[in-house]
Amino acid sequence: MMLSRTASQLYWMSRYMERAENLARLLDVTHSLSLLPQSRGGSDITAALATTGALEACRARHPQLYAGDVMHFMTFDAANPASIVNCLKYARENAHAVRGKITGEMWESINASWLEARQMALEGRPLAGFFDWVKERSHLFRGTTYGTIQRNDAFSFVRLGTFMERADNTARLINVKSHLVGNEAEDSAADFYLWGALLRSLGAFEAYHELYRDTLSSRRVAELLILRPDVPRSLRACVDEIAELLPRIKGDTGHRAKRLAATLHAEMSYGQIDSILDDGLHTYLTQFLSQIHGLGDAIHGAYLEAA
Amino acid sequence: MHALTLPESGHYDEMLLDSGGIRPHYRDFARWLHSQPPETLARKRAEADLMFHRVGITFAVYGDDSGAERLIPFDTVPRIIPASDWQTLEKGMRQRVTALNAFLHDIYHEQHIVKAGLIPAEQVFSNSQYQPAMQGLDLPHRIYAHITGVDVIRHSDGNFYVLEDNLRVPSGVSYMLENRKMMMRLFPELFASHAVAPVQHYPTLLLNTLRHASAVDNPTVVVMTPGHHNSAYFEHAFLAQQMGVELVEGQDLFVKNHRVYMRTTAGNKQVDVIYRRIDDAFLDPLAFRGDSMLGVPGLLSVYRAGGVILANAIGTGVADDKSIYPYVPDMIRFYLSEEPLLQNVPTWMCRRPAELDHVLNNLHELVVKEVHGAGGYGMLIGPAASTAEIEDFRQRIIADPNNYIAQPTLCLSSCPTFVESGIAPRHIDLRPFVLSGRDITMVAGGLTRVALKEGSLVVNSSQGGGTKDTWILEDQS
Repeated sequence: MMLSRTASQLYWMSRYMERAENLARLLDVTHSLSLLPQSRGGSDITAALATTGALEACRARHPQLYAGDVMHFMTFDAANPASIVNCLKYARENAHAVRGKITGEMWESINASWLEARQMALEGRPLAGFFDWVKERSHLFRGTTYGTIQRNDAFSFVRLGTFMERADNTARLINVKSHLVGNEAEDSAADFYLWGALLRSLGAFEAYHELYRDTLSSRRVAELLILRPDVPRSLRACVDEIAELLPRIKGDTGHRAKRLAATLHAEMSYGQIDSILDDGLHTYLTQFLSQIHGLGDAIHGAYLEAA
Repeated sequence: MHALTLPESGHYDEMLLDSGGIRPHYRDFARWLHSQPPETLARKRAEADLMFHRVGITFAVYGDDSGAERLIPFDTVPRIIPASDWQTLEKGMRQRVTALNAFLHDIYHEQHIVKAGLIPAEQVFSNSQYQPAMQGLDLPHRIYAHITGVDVIRHSDGNFYVLEDNLRVPSGVSYMLENRKMMMRLFPELFASHAVAPVQHYPTLLLNTLRHASAVDNPTVVVMTPGHHNSAYFEHAFLAQQMGVELVEGQDLFVKNHRVYMRTTAGNKQVDVIYRRIDDAFLDPLAFRGDSMLGVPGLLSVYRAGGVILANAIGTGVADDKSIYPYVPDMIRFYLSEEPLLQNVPTWMCRRPAELDHVLNNLHELVVKEVHGAGGYGMLIGPAASTAEIEDFRQRIIADPNNYIAQPTLCLSSCPTFVESGIAPRHIDLRPFVLSGRDITMVAGGLTRVALKEGSLVVNSSQGGGTKDTWILEDQS
């Protein structure tokens, strides 16, 4: 048993940390793709922006959408609530409010991340190094959490935040590219780079080659990122974790959340990529996102703002 | 080997005699100190600073969002009090807190002390801290101040005087506990050679006191904080954690069916005792300040119906107000038929014409305070003030004499303290914590605050004060 407010702060602390990492992954890949000759001007960066839902806000601030401006908007801009620096700031604010419930080492890692990011934003550090740094800080936070915190409800809510955020993010990323999935004969050379970029941004490039030992095809990439339980950023892996975490939380207020998670878990465990592609990837992902958001609302209602 | 700077004459030093000799209860410590190489002590001090930072024993600075929090300077020379002195202090504080609780019950019921003519009615009932909502309310065991901090100083005559009672939300106990932990970590050998009374069971005593405050079996206790922006947030979190109870904010609580509940991940849970670290005015926006978001709407009505216990009770401020302070010795005589064991600092009330004359004729050597002021505001320190300041204050006193009291400039005792130049005397006070539950309990110790600036008598942490570990030596006989 813990205060709903405390659970909420733990949950959002890790959601914002995970969001910072996902943003860094997305922007890192976008940044390297934009260096390729095939790249078609600013389209990649606007696609990346669309993924995060910040396209309109950015256009209002930078009507020309020059790549440099957009990158700054998404990384260091304090006026953009969705920038990486602000994600780290919100993670830190939530952590500060629950200092008594997390370990000193967790607090130190999260506090130092924010202080350093703020300094980097002031100095306008080069971006490539910054993305690696954000990923490392997220790894450090996760490692410190695993290595130091008690296995109790606090741990469950921290983990829940991570996987809810990750499921949402992976689904959005694939969704942006979903229109490119056709039959394999049509996969073009440009698509090869795009699928490769998607795998890299999710840290799943090596896994693809080890599992399939074959060239990149959109069907296999979709299967890997949606249905494989052994790839840590796949939708299935996230849902596995969520379905395992929810029943562990003590008390009996969360029936609806647990039922939704179990349903989603069963659907994915017995899902097949061919039937997903038959119905259309975009349709599937849109439905998945609405299920995840429904689950998020149920978690909020049951645990985080119970009245 | 350290050269000890002698205190100015006329002060009482806790360690050194006027002759330069060492007081008996400091002899073992002095011998140990002289055997320590200076670099060892410097290293230990740096170690202490680092540990305090890492543990996060800091106080938040308002308006600073850099996340930087200030550390209250910790001094490694302990303030040692012999067993006999402590016995006097302890008896005196028990007596005082018993009388203060009796006074609160009385003024919120029959008002015998007013009817007996000992305290003028307007002093009590027109006091801003008097809460009409408490009138006629019966509290379990008649306890109003469950936790009291009594500020005590030792004057140049060697006696202890009570400077102030704190019956609202006294703070500082976390420093008492953390300072002890730090000293045991830095200098374990000193604890082997000194019989220092333990203080680490304070959270247990506090929890027992809070549980006893409720008539419910196995009551649910919580600590209520205004939030992490409050300067004492560390202490709120610390005490909740040490007692193993939830640390709640107003938004975590709500009122339903004449009870208070907290929102938890396992559903709503009834709360029986609230150790609130938030002022009366912010407890319930329906009853007090409507603009405050910190409290719980409807809390007062549940409290009045006996559905929840607040520690301390609402309206205790009327007993620690500076205009009431001069009457505490009379309260002790009135309610307990005893003579006060601890003295008050002599206080002139400007509301009395004869005393007003004395004050106006001696402004240059008195400390004048506003009766409702706190934290050193609205205060004149005669010996340190310019003629213009004194004249300005004179006009203010004449215009509204009821609003002022005056006291002689006190001579806080000094204690050797590490400063830039080595070890030198600095002025100190003492705040022990008195718990009123089934019995009155207290741990043998308290928070010693030290004014780190040479000659300064201001020990507040907001004005450059630090803290020391406080050792009560147990009688070896």
